[in-house]
Amino acid sequence: MIAIKDLVKDYDNTRAVDHLNLTIGKGEIFGLLGPNGAGKTTIILTLLGLSEPTSGSVTVNDRNATSEPIKVKKITGYLPDDVGFSENSTGLQSLVYTAMLNGIPREKAIESARELLEIVGLQDAADQKTKTYSKGMTQRLGLADVLIKEPQIMILDEPTIGIDPRGIHDFLGLIRKLSKEKGMTVLLSSHLLHQVQKICDRVGILVGGKLLAEGNVHDLADKLFGARETSFTVVADPVTDELVHKLQEVPSVSEVKKNGTGIIVTGSKVAAPLISQTVVQSGAKLFRISGKEYGLDDIYQHYFEGGANHV
Amino acid sequence: MDWTTSINTILKEEQIMSDIPAPFRVLVEKEISDHVRSWRFMILVGLILLTTSGSVYTILSVIRDNPAELSAESTYLYLSLFTSSINNLPPFITLIGFLGPLVGIALGFDAVNSERNNGTISRILSQPIPRDYFINSKFVGALIVVFALVFALGFLVLGIGILFIGILPAFEEFVRILMFLIFTCIYIAFWLNLGITSSIVFRQASTSALSALAIWLFFTVFYGMIVRMGAQSFIPNEATANSLTLMFSRVSPDYLFNELTTVLLTPSIRSLGALSFEQVSGTLPSTLPLGQSMLLVWPDITALIAGTLICFGISYALFMRQEIRA
Repeated sequence: MIAIKDLVKDYDNTRAVDHLNLTIGKGEIFGLLGPNGAGKTTIILTLLGLSEPTSGSVTVNDRNATSEPIKVKKITGYLPDDVGFSENSTGLQSLVYTAMLNGIPREKAIESARELLEIVGLQDAADQKTKTYSKGMTQRLGLADVLIKEPQIMILDEPTIGIDPRGIHDFLGLIRKLSKEKGMTVLLSSHLLHQVQKICDRVGILVGGKLLAEGNVHDLADKLFGARETSFTVVADPVTDELVHKLQEVPSVSEVKKNGTGIIVTGSKVAAPLISQTVVQSGAKLFRISGKEYGLDDIYQHYFEGGANHV
Repeated sequence: MDWTTSINTILKEEQIMSDIPAPFRVLVEKEISDHVRSWRFMILVGLILLTTSGSVYTILSVIRDNPAELSAESTYLYLSLFTSSINNLPPFITLIGFLGPLVGIALGFDAVNSERNNGTISRILSQPIPRDYFINSKFVGALIVVFALVFALGFLVLGIGILFIGILPAFEEFVRILMFLIFTCIYIAFWLNLGITSSIVFRQASTSALSALAIWLFFTVFYGMIVRMGAQSFIPNEATANSLTLMFSRVSPDYLFNELTTVLLTPSIRSLGALSFEQVSGTLPSTLPLGQSMLLVWPDITALIAGTLICFGISYALFMRQEIRA
């Protein structure tokens, strides 16, 4: 659905996007992750033909976004990060205006605007002026505004910015539900990992205009930390020096540390069954053994710590 | 049979086509409704109505009670409604020449930067419309508002005049007034474009308004002084100094507009420069027909329209090259 080939974008002296390659399939929810200034918005604007690439090409649904922007914009809905609406219009009027810009006749526009306002939970605020809306309400109106043109692709730039945690949960849930129901492709940019982790099929990590890694969250973790050692927390009773000593002799365990009633064991992933076996054989009761699951946070941390080396 | 069905399908398609709103039209309609509903516009209209009604009312009462007070050679009563100054009240054309730029700048100074600051510009431009629709609709929308305002005002004055005086204006008078209104719109459009240009250049609405007002003040107040002083101190020959002053004054849109409208509304003006005695001797003290008056100010007309278009061209080019992102 979206294909970015060798995209480069220079602003004056800085390179915002550096030889980027990315494809996003139909119906996929793709999360573009990166710190502020990583080039996320630049990529999005290029996708919509609102910014011209220095070199490389961007195609959306087999249309070149730079040379045929109108055809691309027809099937793409865009929610900017600083979305706003004309202050003196009501929510309903704003949606109808967008719909009419997309060639939808007024009567039909009013009808679908009302439906959408209900979907995003703004039916009670439909006739209020948008300047009275809270940030969360504005974002939801923005989502309705994206949906009213019945797009095949949704591009959401930092959609969760400025919404409270509960609102974020609902908002992202809504995006995921709508996308799966209608088979819409979603490109979503964010610098907040947890949120994106929940709803994305695939993520890409963008630092300094380069895509450092892409894949689903588990794959990424495996790719990065698979070869590295995992730490296990073992809770057993009693913890004797003998047990610690025995654990140290287990193959593929590199370090054992006593930590109150628990033991922190560092080793490769495959050591888990051997550790539990050792504990039980030594006569202690094993309450819990847990390996650390690497999430996006760690992935992120890994890249940002090593950011300087990668860029 | 065949062709009737085909006509029917064409008609049906036409019907469907006309139901689909054209994006440009939608944009312009939105612009107009935003302007007309804004407090800013109401204040401007109030200001113009207040100042011009004073001027027009005094002239009307003079015409009714003591027409001899008006200059004897002015046979065009309706034109004098727009040009005469009584009791030190400035005439209608001066007021419009003064307030017009204000209207233009007020409608244009936050055209682009306010949309940018509100976060609406990227949303609008991500709709399936060409990018220049945005800037064109800003201009066209405001221009329609200006046209409506100026013509409403002009015809209001005419109408009140007819009610008071009881004589219909001569056809030529009417055409002259129409011309005057059209050129007023073009003049305001110049300042409108200047406002739009500065709204593209400056992020802050207040900076943009101030810079446009500064240019306006420069041309209305200082430019004439500077030109006159410069010409008089550097060129000893008074005649050349005068002609140079005239030439350089005409760079100012304000000067162009004043010259243009004065000539259009005062048919007795026969020349823009000085006439020698040989040239004047033997002429009858008559008025010029409309065509001749137009001929006299043709360069002014061209210059004013050119200035407006150049200003729009600059704003268009700036907007098309500007990055969307904040």
